[in-house]
Amino acid sequence: MLVDWLSLGSIYALLAVGFVIIFKSTQVLNFAHGALAALGAFLVASMATILQIPGRWMGSAPVWLKWTSSALVALAAAALIGLILERLFIRPMLGEGLFSVAIVTLGLDIVIRTVSNDFMGTNPRPLGFPGGTASLDLGWVVIPWNVVVSVIVTLVAVVLIATFFLSRTGVAMRATAFDQEAARAQGINVGRIFSLAWAIGSVMAAVAGIFLSVFPRRSTGVDTATAFLAFAAFPAIILGGLDSIVGAVVGGYAIGLAQAAVTEFLSNNPSFAFLGSGFGGVVPYVLMLLVLLIKPYGLFGTEEIRRV
Amino acid sequence: MSRLLTRSTENRRAERDYENLLVVDDVRLAFGGVTAIDGVSFHVDDGELYAIIGPNGAGKTSIFNCLNQVYHPDEGDIRWKGKTVLGLKPNQTAELGMARTFQNIALFPHMNVVENILTGRHIRMDQTWWQGALWLGKGRRDEFENREVVEDIIDFLEIERWRKQPVGMLPYGIQKRVELGRALAMDPDLLLLDEPVAGMNLEETEDMARFILDIRDELGIAIILVEHDMGLVMDIADRVMVVDFGRKISEGVPEVVQNDPEVIKAYLGET
Repeated sequence: MLVDWLSLGSIYALLAVGFVIIFKSTQVLNFAHGALAALGAFLVASMATILQIPGRWMGSAPVWLKWTSSALVALAAAALIGLILERLFIRPMLGEGLFSVAIVTLGLDIVIRTVSNDFMGTNPRPLGFPGGTASLDLGWVVIPWNVVVSVIVTLVAVVLIATFFLSRTGVAMRATAFDQEAARAQGINVGRIFSLAWAIGSVMAAVAGIFLSVFPRRSTGVDTATAFLAFAAFPAIILGGLDSIVGAVVGGYAIGLAQAAVTEFLSNNPSFAFLGSGFGGVVPYVLMLLVLLIKPYGLFGTEEIRRV
Repeated sequence: MSRLLTRSTENRRAERDYENLLVVDDVRLAFGGVTAIDGVSFHVDDGELYAIIGPNGAGKTSIFNCLNQVYHPDEGDIRWKGKTVLGLKPNQTAELGMARTFQNIALFPHMNVVENILTGRHIRMDQTWWQGALWLGKGRRDEFENREVVEDIIDFLEIERWRKQPVGMLPYGIQKRVELGRALAMDPDLLLLDEPVAGMNLEETEDMARFILDIRDELGIAIILVEHDMGLVMDIADRVMVVDFGRKISEGVPEVVQNDPEVIKAYLGET
């Protein structure tokens, strides 16, 4: 269960962090985030195992080096796709209502999913993760290497992004989200901020997609269901509060824990079988609803300031 | 205050290779059939406190919006240090050294005072986004240096006790001061202040007047002040321009403008 919790939690946290970056800097609710995650994983699968870019030119380099460089190429491609999507579909919506933009991203979600599923076909595409099925044996617990890596990557990413939001560009991003005209008056290039947010957000989605596809129990690879699985990160995002990095991480691991624990409990207690075999997947949403009843802005979200 | 801004008044004078800091030359701006600015010309020099007054809807804020290129004038030219600014974007005019405050406060309400003023340092900071995220070496040094400037500005404006509070919760007068601080943080050559004392009580107005005079006298920053408060304008401005229906009806030192029959007519109506 610990392993399930860590891997699920890391994936949800990574997805949530990418989502929060885009929301925090552009006020766009990006419903295409799950699709971007699946697309990112598919890019990695393509680069690493199908096209072998840049591995085919690297001769006898070790497998992990080839795979890592393929992953980096795929992440760069994901960033590029984020930039293009922002430029084509989000930039023209500048100044429109929050909901209109959210609906555009819903449309993007459908388009990205359809197109990438068409490319994928019905077979899962393995990512060729070099860690394979090897595990780290701590004595009291055995953790697969891909889970270890996902936890480390999540924590590093979170720390980097937390410091980022305190630094020059991060502060400019938050400013842009509140008031674009005032941000411009401070010399902030609003268009560049949007591009950067979408590039970083798409890369974060792709990283989450990689881990989602080398998930221990679904180690077959990325397939047409990956985007749907990524959608389960939404309860984590909302639970933590839409604009909080800390909230994204806490929400991610909390939802992961709840889902893993309930799934484990149900498999050991057949008397609860009436709840159905997939009940673990419903738990995140139940938890989200409970938290929203008590804290409508999520655990760490900014409450709207109202002047009396 | 000495550390406050990196470029002293002497430096500003020494760098100077232009005749007037800002020249506005016969600018016209219309929205559909409504003429907002109808052939206004004026100029502002280094370190000058220039005031624009006029009744509501006279086009004062529209002039500001033309200066920093939120609006693009239909005719005429605006030259900054001898070069036209027409066709630039607002963030580019900000980089050239024009800072502004807004009539209705445009702070970032969820961010605290330090962060709000830090956004003003954006164009003076020298780090890439990944250096900021890594929080090492150059990015970190740059961050510390600029935060020090922010702290100096906070000292200068006497808002220490609100440093870490989200500005949305601060009293109105303090918010106005934070907005002035944010503009000041850009280390500008010209400050555009849009009604800095609107809605303030007497004490707050006097405080603000003192800050404005200090900015001109100690930092040598030129200021264009749009204001309704006649008393304030006549007390502190070097020169005053009066606009009405988008036209300049008078310009000069306060005493002259105050006694101009055209001005009296615009404000009090025909007798």
